Amino acid sequence: MEIFIQNFMDIFEKYLPALLAGVSAGGQYALIAIGYTMVYGILRLINFAHGDIFMVAGFMMVYLSASLPWYIALPVVTILTVLLGYLVERAAYKPLRSAPRMSIMISAIGVSYLLQNAAWYLTGGLPKQYPVIPFITESVDVLTASTKIVTVITPFLTIALVIILSLIIKYTKIGMAMRAVSKDFETSRLMGIKIDTVISMTFIIGTFLAAVGSFLYFSNYTTVTPVVGAMPGLKAFVAAVFGGIGSIPGAVVGAFIIGICENLIKFVAGGAYATFSDAFTFALLIIILVAKPTGLFGEKTTDKV
Amino acid sequence: MKKVLAIIMCLGLMLCALAGCGDNASGDVIKIGVYEPASGDNGAGGKQETLGIEYAHSLQNTVTVGGKEYKVELEIVDNQSSTDKAKSAASDLIGKNVSIVLGSYGSGVSIAAAPTFEAAKTACIGVSCTNPNVTLNNPYYYRICFLDPFQGEVLANYAWDDLKAKTAYVLTELGDDYSVGLGYYFTEAFTKLGGKVEAATFQNGNNDFSAFLANAVNAKADVIFAPTSTTAASLIINQAADAKINIPLVGPDTWDNSVILDAANGKTLNGIYISTFYDEGSSDSAAAFLTGFKGWLNANPVKLENNGGNDIVAAHSALGYDAYFVALEVIKAAGAIDAETVAQYVSDVTYTGVTGDVVFDENGDVAKDAIFIKEATNAGAWKSVKAQGVKK
Amino acid sequence: MDKKKRNSLIAFGLIAAMLLIIFVLEQIMPRGHMLFVVLKKSAIYALVAVSMNLLNGFTGLFSLGQAGFMLIGAYTYAVLTIPVADRAGVYFYYDGGLIQFALPVVVGILLAGLAAALFAWLIGLPVLKLKSDYLAIATLGFAEIIRAVVQWDKLGPITNGSNLLKRYPSFDSTLFPFIVAGICIAIIVLLINSSYGRAFKAIREDEIAAEAMGINLAKHKMLSFVISSFFAGVGGALLAMFQDTITANAFKTAMTYEILLIVVIGGIGSITGSCIASFLFVSCSEWWMRFLDMDKYNIGDLNILRPGFRMVIFSIVIMIMVLFYRKGIMGDKELSIDSLLALPKKLKRGIGRLFGKSKGEVTK
Repeated sequence: MEIFIQNFMDIFEKYLPALLAGVSAGGQYALIAIGYTMVYGILRLINFAHGDIFMVAGFMMVYLSASLPWYIALPVVTILTVLLGYLVERAAYKPLRSAPRMSIMISAIGVSYLLQNAAWYLTGGLPKQYPVIPFITESVDVLTASTKIVTVITPFLTIALVIILSLIIKYTKIGMAMRAVSKDFETSRLMGIKIDTVISMTFIIGTFLAAVGSFLYFSNYTTVTPVVGAMPGLKAFVAAVFGGIGSIPGAVVGAFIIGICENLIKFVAGGAYATFSDAFTFALLIIILVAKPTGLFGEKTTDKV
Repeated sequence: MKKVLAIIMCLGLMLCALAGCGDNASGDVIKIGVYEPASGDNGAGGKQETLGIEYAHSLQNTVTVGGKEYKVELEIVDNQSSTDKAKSAASDLIGKNVSIVLGSYGSGVSIAAAPTFEAAKTACIGVSCTNPNVTLNNPYYYRICFLDPFQGEVLANYAWDDLKAKTAYVLTELGDDYSVGLGYYFTEAFTKLGGKVEAATFQNGNNDFSAFLANAVNAKADVIFAPTSTTAASLIINQAADAKINIPLVGPDTWDNSVILDAANGKTLNGIYISTFYDEGSSDSAAAFLTGFKGWLNANPVKLENNGGNDIVAAHSALGYDAYFVALEVIKAAGAIDAETVAQYVSDVTYTGVTGDVVFDENGDVAKDAIFIKEATNAGAWKSVKAQGVKK
Repeated sequence: MDKKKRNSLIAFGLIAAMLLIIFVLEQIMPRGHMLFVVLKKSAIYALVAVSMNLLNGFTGLFSLGQAGFMLIGAYTYAVLTIPVADRAGVYFYYDGGLIQFALPVVVGILLAGLAAALFAWLIGLPVLKLKSDYLAIATLGFAEIIRAVVQWDKLGPITNGSNLLKRYPSFDSTLFPFIVAGICIAIIVLLINSSYGRAFKAIREDEIAAEAMGINLAKHKMLSFVISSFFAGVGGALLAMFQDTITANAFKTAMTYEILLIVVIGGIGSITGSCIASFLFVSCSEWWMRFLDMDKYNIGDLNILRPGFRMVIFSIVIMIMVLFYRKGIMGDKELSIDSLLALPKKLKRGIGRLFGKSKGEVTK
């Protein structure tokens, strides 16, 4: 038994850096995934532009912190990102509310294309170094591994934010309206819920969390490029589908599973399968979809004829 | 409303088309194409190479061909560091009737564009594309820098002799021919010396290297060799410092960039060593280039910004500078301005530049046998370590 | 009946005339001119867009796996057709690779399509049961998985790992992609007009009703998916030929999005729309708007025109298209000879109405 524990500790120590990175990545994916899952729950829209809004938040921080101290830049970036999310919804999705779902999804792809190209143009297409936010970028020792403080606080911060969000959705008026709209769009409109306000609010919450996610993510991976949002965005979306799209706890659980798995894949067998770290995420998704088409926590819906 | 908008859009498009076509050069102009990345993973280095070419162009922008003086114009296109954009960027240059092309930083885009230049019978002088496949079997591709088998061997020797490494962790980027190639040559040389190599690859766009670095520690590596783009390099350096990795990092010529210095600034690491093409103290002309280029950069804020916001001179700028003058020599020797004639004279040209002698062999390569090892200090500056050749 | 005969004769004449014009242009214009680059790429994109339209527009299956099938096609073609003499150079890191033969170009292209179709069949078995967005994300996932597998160095002796494949036969004449893409698109048109095509459309309109009418859903969805992937594979092979070198890295989801945008701009469910849109899309992004990237056209000290501006304007144009012309250029209609013949009359009326209207506004 003792040998077993000793072996277990050895293995644990060996895998610790990968686990830490995985949990941290999972927390960051979770913050992005909530935006996807909430928007999908209400509009049935895969908001492809969400990952790019996350990227824009990164660039805004790079440029704003050149002239502002970080404690002013943080709230300013948050506000600007939320504003951007709101504007995107108003300009690109609201006019298409009565259009087929395909059009609105194409519009999301168009916005993503536009944000990436605009970022490319404005920044010259060069990777930028993310500014140092004091405290969270300092080094810390966790058992036998060293990492940044941000890696350690990310999961806790994520879970705290998710609890607050769940309380908002459960107990406030706007939260109740959100739940109503996601259950039945038309009926809640008939019941006098201001659909546009609810949708705007959804986007505001989603982009706020994406902005927080960007602070954590880029403090860890300090390079910002115009396409940097694409992969985390896609993975966060996969996490949301994995957990059952529309379900917030599902998105969070899915995000942590994906974050940990992809980092372990990079690590096992001395990195021999690192090529498949992204592919594994998708393989996991397909397996889950085939086995349980609505995801881990998704509600089963029946099509009306 | 919709119709008016449609008409405005159509008119706009037609205007665009007209402007696109109305790009006629007047009689006494000769065009030199610059095929470099200005964006993407290799954008920072590509811009520095372009700056070297532009600086050379600012010093001499005329050339006498057949007793007539021509004005030299640079046609700069951005290949976006991406092999799938290579074809259209190269075609764009061909479409503009350039006489000769310079570039590119990054071997993958050069290999990808080689067939296009060959089909158009236009010569291209590679500036810092070090992979052997760039010129091998590509009769229209030349280059003025050393090759990766050489660079890999030198770095392997350096790791073995000077860093006393017995085990090396080699980290290469998938889909980047330069990275994979250099990793291969390093591995070959290092195992020949008796060392052990642990290899790993990562996908383009990968942000998290902590698992790779942990693997390097578990493999008991004495040195990490990462022939990567500067984008990946700065992530690796940052994360190695955070995880308190006590293994020296060795990088190739791409790492000779202020991006690396910024990343290394203030970090506690057990040394970042790079190999590069040129050292400011290596000759008088190199020193003259250095002062001239710095003055030119500082006089122009846009150029200074393109250099990474400081006046640290990268070897790629020096190579770009040399490449431009080699191109002028070629045009002079050809006595003509059409690309097909110019291409026939490249192999005959010899030139002594700030980065050494340029004498093309039958492959279109030059036999440069000096390589400079530098170390990035944690104060954000380069420190020359040594000049090294292959062990005879 | 007579009219139909006349129309197909005119259509045939127009196609012949177009090919002849391209042939003549190739003789008189410099070989490397941007026009030919754009025409070649457009023809290839048109084929891929039509194949995607068959799936998304005509069968109503929302799939985002096109880049993956193109990748399979491109790699199959390239791997099988590299001349034996050049293999040592291409497969340098893998001792010349495993395959030591080279197939003729036509066989290579056909096998490219078949390989993509085979993979589509395998992938289709589990995922075609999924509905709308889930199908989209699953196919997108498969495209990413394929990309990773191809790059795996254990497969290096076949795929050359993640390194470039090159030196396979490519085409020089613009006519080649036009003819190949033309034949493929013609086959798709014939399919759509057959009873299968009608079944596809029925599935698109209402799955349950279609099933009630006796259409075998699983079989027809699979058929559409496999055929679409076959032509995506052929398109991938053509793209490989066009680019002269190919690497798996190029086939990212961004490529699928581009093709989807072409389909939507052309009109979901319109073959001619997809063709027209791909020509406009490629010409705008590669050629006509290039001047926007050049700082020498700047007015005064404004540094607006610099690299990247072209793509910003381009994406704004696309957003305008998506928001204000939801149905795309053609909607779900086709450009037919009848509508072409009626065009002058329509144009006259349209211009008349436009001027009449604006006059009316002025007097108001």
